[in-house]
Amino acid sequence: MRSVHELGAAADAAVTQPAASKPRRLHSRLGKGLRELAAPDHVFPLLAIILFFVVWEIVCRVFSVPVFILPKPSEFLGVLITKWPAILPNAVQTLYTTIVGFALGVLVGAAIGACIGLSRFVYRVTYPLLIGFYSVPKIAVVPILVIWFGIGTVPAILTAAIMCLFPVVVNVATGLATTEPELEDVLRSLGASKLDILRRVGLPRSMPYFFASLKIAVSLAFVGTVVAETVAANIGIGSMMILASSTFDVPLVFAGVFLLAVLGVAMYAVFALIERRVTFWARRNADVAV
Amino acid sequence: MITANGAVAVAGAAANGSAGDADVFVDVRNVTLNYKVGDDSSTLALDQTSMTLRRGEFVAIVGPSGCGKSSLLKLASGLRRPSQGEVVVGGSAVMKPIKIVGMAFQNPTMLPWLRTIDNVLMPLQIVEPHRSQFRAKKEAYRAMAQSLLSEVGLGNFADKYPWELSGGMLQRASLCRALIHDPRLLLLDEPFGALDAFTREDLWQVLQKLWMERNPTVILVTHDLREAVFLADTVHVMSARPGRVLTTHRVNIRRPRTLDDLFTDQASQLVHELRRHIAHDRAI
Repeated sequence: MRSVHELGAAADAAVTQPAASKPRRLHSRLGKGLRELAAPDHVFPLLAIILFFVVWEIVCRVFSVPVFILPKPSEFLGVLITKWPAILPNAVQTLYTTIVGFALGVLVGAAIGACIGLSRFVYRVTYPLLIGFYSVPKIAVVPILVIWFGIGTVPAILTAAIMCLFPVVVNVATGLATTEPELEDVLRSLGASKLDILRRVGLPRSMPYFFASLKIAVSLAFVGTVVAETVAANIGIGSMMILASSTFDVPLVFAGVFLLAVLGVAMYAVFALIERRVTFWARRNADVAV
Repeated sequence: MITANGAVAVAGAAANGSAGDADVFVDVRNVTLNYKVGDDSSTLALDQTSMTLRRGEFVAIVGPSGCGKSSLLKLASGLRRPSQGEVVVGGSAVMKPIKIVGMAFQNPTMLPWLRTIDNVLMPLQIVEPHRSQFRAKKEAYRAMAQSLLSEVGLGNFADKYPWELSGGMLQRASLCRALIHDPRLLLLDEPFGALDAFTREDLWQVLQKLWMERNPTVILVTHDLREAVFLADTVHVMSARPGRVLTTHRVNIRRPRTLDDLFTDQASQLVHELRRHIAHDRAI
């Protein structure tokens, strides 16, 4: 499956830079990676990002926007570098909280999703309840968590977990609930138990749904963490930003936002990559039993 | 040997005079099947249907859509229980899935995350006694699957994923999956319905060959009258819902049959006759 994509990327690269085809044998993996990066589908998104910040910089300079309204990218990127030793522990804390909360949310979410997806009865009974939980703005839960667990890491972890719970529940349940009846017939006629069908068909089949939900869940976990940190924490990027805004250190606030965006994109990319590896078969034509 | 309420026409039943009760493998006795539709209403899918199959017989069931043909397969495999009446397979009443069946459908339902050969091997991982021996005999089983795939012309495609195969290839693989555990009862629900005419004719020959070698009892549900005549020993025509057996024809063309046999007077008359029954039933 990947070969087709890579062939395409390689062909693109060959058009744009024919010179690269000579020293092929050595570093072929690295070369392939670089060529893939140089392919137009990767270059243009990168250009778009750079352009975004350049326009921002120009607008700020042309209209001389005050720093405490909208700092220039050069300013907050500078702050990011100069204050890095102070920022780093906050970033680590946020990343740690997010990952723990994410893991917790995914585990619980997958379990709930499996229960719901396997039993029509459980699905019918619990669905309204789930929608109810889902409708509650998660920030409203943070004060309750603070009452229970005090200010610190625990409420942030739990907020992150709650945030990423629902996409996982819904996707896993959908993946399991949509097993083809004919395939089930084939297996059941051979005496397969419900567990057999789950293991051989249900679980593998729900993997694309599961991994698709992980990408969404990890972004939401970030949101949960930062929201909790801004309300009830002494460390973390969210807390740092609240502190910075109270002292009108607007460039530092923006540095925090920028850092969050970078971390978010990185986490998303990790799970997109895992998804591509694990569920390669689901990205093929859809008329084959997917 | 064949009973059905309504008109019964057994053409050339004398051909198999030796078929006694001992030879009966599948016996569908006065079966009625109601499907629940919504909460209060129900549809009568089969009404007092009876049918017997000898061991190793190839039976085709033709009829208009929605005549309960597929329901009959579900009853025979034990996936469904009749509302009234009884289905007896191999001497005992069918109460639950009977494990000696192989099934193939119009939709090949290959699992896209498994290579073709692993899809074919799937039944062996489920049905006993293969299930408990699967690890130990894995190599032997793989060789078995590989030779079966070669036999249907997929020898070079065993390690491909299903989404790399064409529709005809998938259906060949689906037949292999249905046959890998050497089922005594093969249930085919319009397996070639979605294929083009040429591919379909190829697969008729493949299926005939496999059947002649392994000789399972087959129930083939189809819309295609030529397919029924080409493959079956006996063709049952069913009425529109509620399904009943309208008439039964025996096909006395020697085996192995060739596509040319379909163009003989005998075959085309039979196709014509079957068509007339169905057209008549639809007109009502």
